[in-house]
Amino acid sequence: MERIKGLKCRECGRIYPKEAIHVCEFCFGPLEVDYDYAAIQQLISQEVITSRPTNLWRYWELLPIDGQPVNGTSSGFTPLIRADNLARLLGVEELYIKDDSVNHPTLSFKDRVVAVALNKAKELGFDTIACASTGNLANAVSAQAAKAGMKCFVFIPADLESGKVIASLIYNPTVVGIKENYDQVNRLCSEIAGKYPWAFVNINIRPYYAEGSKTIAFEIVEQLGWKTPQHIVVPAASGSLATKIYKGLKEFQKVGLIDNAETKISVAQAQGCCPIVTAIKAATDAIRPVVPNTIAKSLAIGNPADGYYAYHVVKDSSGYGETATDEEIVEAIKLLAKTEGIFTETAGGVTLAVAKKLIEQGRIPRNESIVICITGNGLKTQEAVADKIGKPTIIEPNLASFEKEVKP
Amino acid sequence: MAIMRLSLRFTKKLVPKPIIYQLGHDFKVVTNIRKANIDEDLGWMVLELDGEMDEIDRAVEDLAKQGIKVDPIEGDIVEG
Repeated sequence: MERIKGLKCRECGRIYPKEAIHVCEFCFGPLEVDYDYAAIQQLISQEVITSRPTNLWRYWELLPIDGQPVNGTSSGFTPLIRADNLARLLGVEELYIKDDSVNHPTLSFKDRVVAVALNKAKELGFDTIACASTGNLANAVSAQAAKAGMKCFVFIPADLESGKVIASLIYNPTVVGIKENYDQVNRLCSEIAGKYPWAFVNINIRPYYAEGSKTIAFEIVEQLGWKTPQHIVVPAASGSLATKIYKGLKEFQKVGLIDNAETKISVAQAQGCCPIVTAIKAATDAIRPVVPNTIAKSLAIGNPADGYYAYHVVKDSSGYGETATDEEIVEAIKLLAKTEGIFTETAGGVTLAVAKKLIEQGRIPRNESIVICITGNGLKTQEAVADKIGKPTIIEPNLASFEKEVKP
Repeated sequence: MAIMRLSLRFTKKLVPKPIIYQLGHDFKVVTNIRKANIDEDLGWMVLELDGEMDEIDRAVEDLAKQGIKVDPIEGDIVEG
């Protein structure tokens, strides 16, 4: 029984075979994996899922690979933590953190999408994997390519701080720094992806890669005892994560794993790069590109590929969107650390700061269940908070000095 | 020979100009408008350029110099 029918254009509905293609030849709409949900319903159940190892592949039937996964088998199934300390502070009754800051192997939600992309790339016969990234995606691709024994190319802007490149370079990929501005870097990467027979995870493999994000939704539902929360707040860069979480919830309903999927999806962006939230607030699906200027570098996508679709997910689910300033981002990072013991990167700060605002505005009622998606680890963006936290108290090596200076 | 697909965005100032006509005259590229919407204040277009890669690069550079926002049709490729 074929679970995966092929690829389908999200705009005109044209059908394509399961290949390394991502754009409809006729209308230029993005392609998406097209599943046979009736067939999947015969294969999947809560019992089947819970009998499997705790990684993202426990939802194999709803992921776009034909065979069994051979790589990325340690990614996913991150903790869903009941955040009672933070809930008390925010004045809400039921709050959870979906904590992808401890995803394996590179401490961000990108480990999920890359695990799916890499397995699909191998199925499609590629021996080389590539991406264009300034951070988490590059780390995930580099690490998983090393483990899988694939050749790996990572494209970055030439002026990217060296500290950010180390977490990719350690896995020994070919890292290429491209001179000039972001627009030209984007165009060249698109050209390279068109010319070389590589699996470019977020270009020609994008339809498969993006499906990995659904597993956040699957896990949230399973970890809540096969129930959906009333709200999920997610960060938005390309907008893909919000659309795939929504799709994941709807798929669980379609295959009979849950009765309803009425969760409101709200998106969080930094004030310095908020084309999707601007569109939501203006009630228009015309996304106007911006030039990013924010400390939340992992969300700094000025011309988001899935912005239009993220807008519609928010509208269709009755969610909303808000922004956070750089100061609010830092405060939220500190808040999550001191209440729940989780150190998140700037994107997590954006998400919590926005969730807090939506609660204060009454858009998220205080008595409804809320999940905040934390997508990356604070150890990667320490510079954002380095001069905004306390310093150690320095003492002499004797008890008197300790009692005088520390006053325990 | 190569084909490049691009997304172009025009501001109000550029909307009245015969940009695509001029592009075909100034560079050895075949211009093929695949999708477009031009209003008084704003315009966007999906444009295919067919030609030698060097010539396409020069044509794209010229578009950018005129103040047109030129992107891959996928949007931003570089992710965090």
